[in-house]
Amino acid sequence: MIGARVMRPAVARVAGLLLALLGAAAVLVAAACTGSPLPTPAATRVPPGTPSTAPLEGSITVFAAASLSDAFTEAGKAFEAANPGTKVAFSFGASSTLAIQINEGAPADVFASADGAQMTVVTKTGVAEAPVEFATNVPVVVVPAGSKVVRSFQDLAKPGIKLILAAPAVPIGNYAREILAKASAGGAISPNFAAQVLANLKSNEANVRSVLAKIQTGEGDAGIVYTTDAATAAKQVTQIPIPRQYNVVAKYPMAVLKHSSHVDVARAFERFIVSGPGRAILTKYGFGSPGPA
Amino acid sequence: MSRLRAGSKLTSTGLRAPADRAIAPVIALLTLAFALFFVLPFAGLIDRGLRNGHVWSLLNTAQATDALILSLWTSTLTVLLAILFGTPVAYLLARHRFPGKALVDAFIELPIVLPPTVAGVALLTAFGRKGLIGEPIDRWTGFTFGFSTTAVVMAQLIVAAPFYVRAAKSGFERLDAQMERVAFTLGASRARTFYRIILPQAWPALLAGVVLCWARALGELGATLIFAGNLQGTTQTMPLAIIQAFEGSTLGLDGAIALSLLLLAVALAVLVLFRLAVARNPAVP
Repeated sequence: MIGARVMRPAVARVAGLLLALLGAAAVLVAAACTGSPLPTPAATRVPPGTPSTAPLEGSITVFAAASLSDAFTEAGKAFEAANPGTKVAFSFGASSTLAIQINEGAPADVFASADGAQMTVVTKTGVAEAPVEFATNVPVVVVPAGSKVVRSFQDLAKPGIKLILAAPAVPIGNYAREILAKASAGGAISPNFAAQVLANLKSNEANVRSVLAKIQTGEGDAGIVYTTDAATAAKQVTQIPIPRQYNVVAKYPMAVLKHSSHVDVARAFERFIVSGPGRAILTKYGFGSPGPA
Repeated sequence: MSRLRAGSKLTSTGLRAPADRAIAPVIALLTLAFALFFVLPFAGLIDRGLRNGHVWSLLNTAQATDALILSLWTSTLTVLLAILFGTPVAYLLARHRFPGKALVDAFIELPIVLPPTVAGVALLTAFGRKGLIGEPIDRWTGFTFGFSTTAVVMAQLIVAAPFYVRAAKSGFERLDAQMERVAFTLGASRARTFYRIILPQAWPALLAGVVLCWARALGELGATLIFAGNLQGTTQTMPLAIIQAFEGSTLGLDGAIALSLLLLAVALAVLVLFRLAVARNPAVP
């Protein structure tokens, strides 16, 4: 038809063939590529621990455990105020998830984990500098405010209750299972304690804040989170302490990542948290001081 | 007449102005780029999966098989429920006018545009232990929806059923209502009209709806995580198992890629079968 805006049949066929060929080529090329990452620009070769004399400048991204959400957000703002010209962005999540993301090349400058195991996942690939312990935390049982179903640590073994834990690889999930194992071995409670409690497990949540949310909304009868997380939801959850002889101390290590494009800012943030004003901020949120080196 | 400009060429399909000829390569380039964008992620998945190797042994683990079996039977149940409840609703919306129809239409289509996590939160506020319906049910019967396989099916249903209803409705709309009326005047019952007149014509559209619904149910993640929780064997469907692999589960990254490849293969197979089933049928989009 005159005036019809139609591609000539020959052109359409050629375009279609090209599309198919390019698609096939893409698959072949992807299969052939070894996919080595582009080399990142080398950071300035300043030995760690050297305080910089020039004013700090640049933005960094800190990957931190979910339990650090509130404390680190405030610490980040304080750091930016003390060092104008810097910007700190955060990615909070389960330490296990963050560790995997870092190993897959996520652009983090600092990694703050809730346990040593997840820090090791990162350091064993050689992408991080030596880790430094910067805080401790205490796991605690939480129940919905006003709930009478679980009233003590031993009640966790009561049949039929809904227990929420973090997944086993998430630090608090791992600590919780360690605590249950210790309680079973302790002798004062039955040796089947851990098995009975885990029989009540209804969900393996992705991170500590998800566990807290399930207790806040009343979906779960009990969960194990850090005391610092429970404090953020003080109106909706009640804390039940775990007997000291079974409890563990959560140790939080932090490390600067070698591929950071602002290593000086990253190291300054690390110092800020470990030995600077960041310490007071963490204490304010209920974190304990790091143990002896 | 404005096409008769200097430089226009008379081609086999008509008169083409110079502007048309300039735009064709641009369109071709854009199309190519877009197509590549869709092909490359799957190329990457296949590449990584084949390089990892031992896909079968990864899929043979308890976590992977539990997730696969749970995904398959919950999504099948969801589709059956969607067909059972959705077909009459779709027919009603296609054939009848009633006050508030636009509202019903909107609510049924809502989960399609709503983020799945919002659907999960919404389910929680209605059926959770402190929810609108969940709280009285818990008080009277002690039954809770959360953390059960029922919750998994409910989460899948709310996000996937609207795809079936929408496809079925448009399938029914495209039929000539006259034929149904004629059948009625000839004495056929509603059921008989449905099986002998409506279904034989509308089945490609219904099938398209079933495929979409099933695929969406199979891939459901956000609402399931929030409403149903994550426990192997009870609520951990394939997408949940894949995402937990990224959180460091024993299934691991390699296991996640293996599961993803499996899902990809299943999706491709279903699409190909569907296209074959409705080949050259003008009623199918």
